[in-house]
Amino acid sequence: MLVHSRGAKWAVWAVFLLLFVPLFALPLLVVLGASFATHWSSVLPSGLTTANYRAATRGEALQALTTSLLTAAGASLLALAVGTWAALAGAALKQRYRRVVDALFVLPVAVPSVVVGLSVLVAFSKPPMLLNGTRWIVILAHTVLVTAFAHQSVSAAVTRLDPAYEQAAASLGARPSTVLWRVRLPLLLPSLTAAAGLCFALSMGELSATMMLYPPDWTPLPVLIYAATDRGALFTGSAVAVVLMAATLLVLFALSRVRTRASYR
Amino acid sequence: MGIRFDSVTVAYDGNVVLDQLDLTVEPGEVMALLGPSGSGKTTALRAVAGFVRPVSGRVLLGGRDVTDLPPYRRGIGMVVQQYALFPHMRVDENVAFGLRARKAAKGEIRQRVAEALEMTGMAAYARRHPRELSGGQQQRVAIARALAIRPDVLLLDEPLSALDARLRSGMLSELARLHRELPDVSMLYVTHDQVEALTLADRIAVMDKARLQSCGTPKELYRSPADEFTASFVGGANLVPVTVGSGGVSFAGTELKVDTTGVLAGARATLCVRPHLVGLGEGPNRVVGTVTEIQWRGATHRLYVEVDGHSVMADLRELRNPPALGDAVALHFAPEDAVLLPAGVTHE
Repeated sequence: MLVHSRGAKWAVWAVFLLLFVPLFALPLLVVLGASFATHWSSVLPSGLTTANYRAATRGEALQALTTSLLTAAGASLLALAVGTWAALAGAALKQRYRRVVDALFVLPVAVPSVVVGLSVLVAFSKPPMLLNGTRWIVILAHTVLVTAFAHQSVSAAVTRLDPAYEQAAASLGARPSTVLWRVRLPLLLPSLTAAAGLCFALSMGELSATMMLYPPDWTPLPVLIYAATDRGALFTGSAVAVVLMAATLLVLFALSRVRTRASYR
Repeated sequence: MGIRFDSVTVAYDGNVVLDQLDLTVEPGEVMALLGPSGSGKTTALRAVAGFVRPVSGRVLLGGRDVTDLPPYRRGIGMVVQQYALFPHMRVDENVAFGLRARKAAKGEIRQRVAEALEMTGMAAYARRHPRELSGGQQQRVAIARALAIRPDVLLLDEPLSALDARLRSGMLSELARLHRELPDVSMLYVTHDQVEALTLADRIAVMDKARLQSCGTPKELYRSPADEFTASFVGGANLVPVTVGSGGVSFAGTELKVDTTGVLAGARATLCVRPHLVGLGEGPNRVVGTVTEIQWRGATHRLYVEVDGHSVMADLRELRNPPALGDAVALHFAPEDAVLLPAGVTHE
């Protein structure tokens, strides 16, 4: 405990609530309120209804939800595979080369996502690499955008991994591949699931690059929300947003359950 | 299977951490590598395990050159200070790991895991996870895991350093028992603790500053050390500079009777006497000095006495009337308890 006196504790709580509630909680509560409303002209929303949710869980919206979930799952699995591979390979490199690899992987985060979207669009619009107009270009762009986070969190965990484990395994006669699959990756599992959750959440909310790339038959949920609010359907958009939020949180919760079981100390 | 270091040199970025080590561990022998931190002893062990590559020299296991073999093809058991048990596996899975990696048959795995756990007294804990065990139990599992693959060579890297003192002496006798039960296994035992080395080892290799200082049986090193470092590191010693005369030496203007066989008269040498062989009061080979410090250690008193600018330690059975600080006291030792060493840092 950093703060000891009772008064100081209350003061810290007050500051926390003053900052946290308006900044983080209130906007989310507003969306939640709006999603049940038909009008919002006074302080509180009015004309309570569940019609918005009926619209948000069928037809176009349901399909967009499936699209988003599939895109996020695909992108985070790909990102996890690539990021983990790069992190493990980077750990075996000399300091100098490792820096180069790290910098390469941070690049898509450092560059605005609109730029990433544009470059993916330009790069994959001509044969032989014609992906434009297919769902794969969306998944690819999301993968490029989230791999940085997977790489970063896994490589931090790889650095912290005590080499004594792999050395013990090697001295017991385990080949490098056995050491990887039976010792290193299981020990990395907690950070792998954390990285997967992060990638999934980021991909679920990605809009700016997606806007430039999505084909008509592969519309992710954020695009739908943007379109709804753009044409003034704020309350329907809010309901879709709540569905997006709930779906993401549900997946993150499931992943964190896996993580709790995988952390050993 | 024996271990042989053939002029092994290890360097990191031009910094030599092990300098031309020549050492042979006979089959079934327990060799302790004893030295302070940074002496190169752990590097020597890691060169046998295959985790460091010598820049020159060869490492041989049972006559086979393994210098270029990766660790997993050397067939060595290894136990390290921090146990390094796999936290995501149960105790029996940890012990079975090496056998599974070697693709042993299921029935054989079960039998050998049971055997190894039995041998280390951990059979009752087979279904536990490492985090549910105490430090001593974890180290037993680590030993069981290393023994399950039936290695010809067992490397132990400070295996008891993470345990508290009481547990340490218990584990020390356990290790001695294991060695009696497995007389064919050669052990290389790295430690900075001379008690562990003296208790367990058939021979001790004393290392300092990346070099082998001396090597011999515990008794040889203790009774007749060859150099100043060995004398003080193994057992502790009073080392004072003397000049050799005929049939004795002169120290601080006093003539002391010492066996000077093989040393030229007039040469400079270092006189070595173990603190517990120094007596208080009058006797043969007597020197006089001032008490500078008294430590009561229960069964003994340790006196630090300054004699002509040199500090001399005496471990005495608990004194009824210990001298006070600043008192002038006489110390003595028997001529046969002293050893003459070549002059070294004591003369600087």
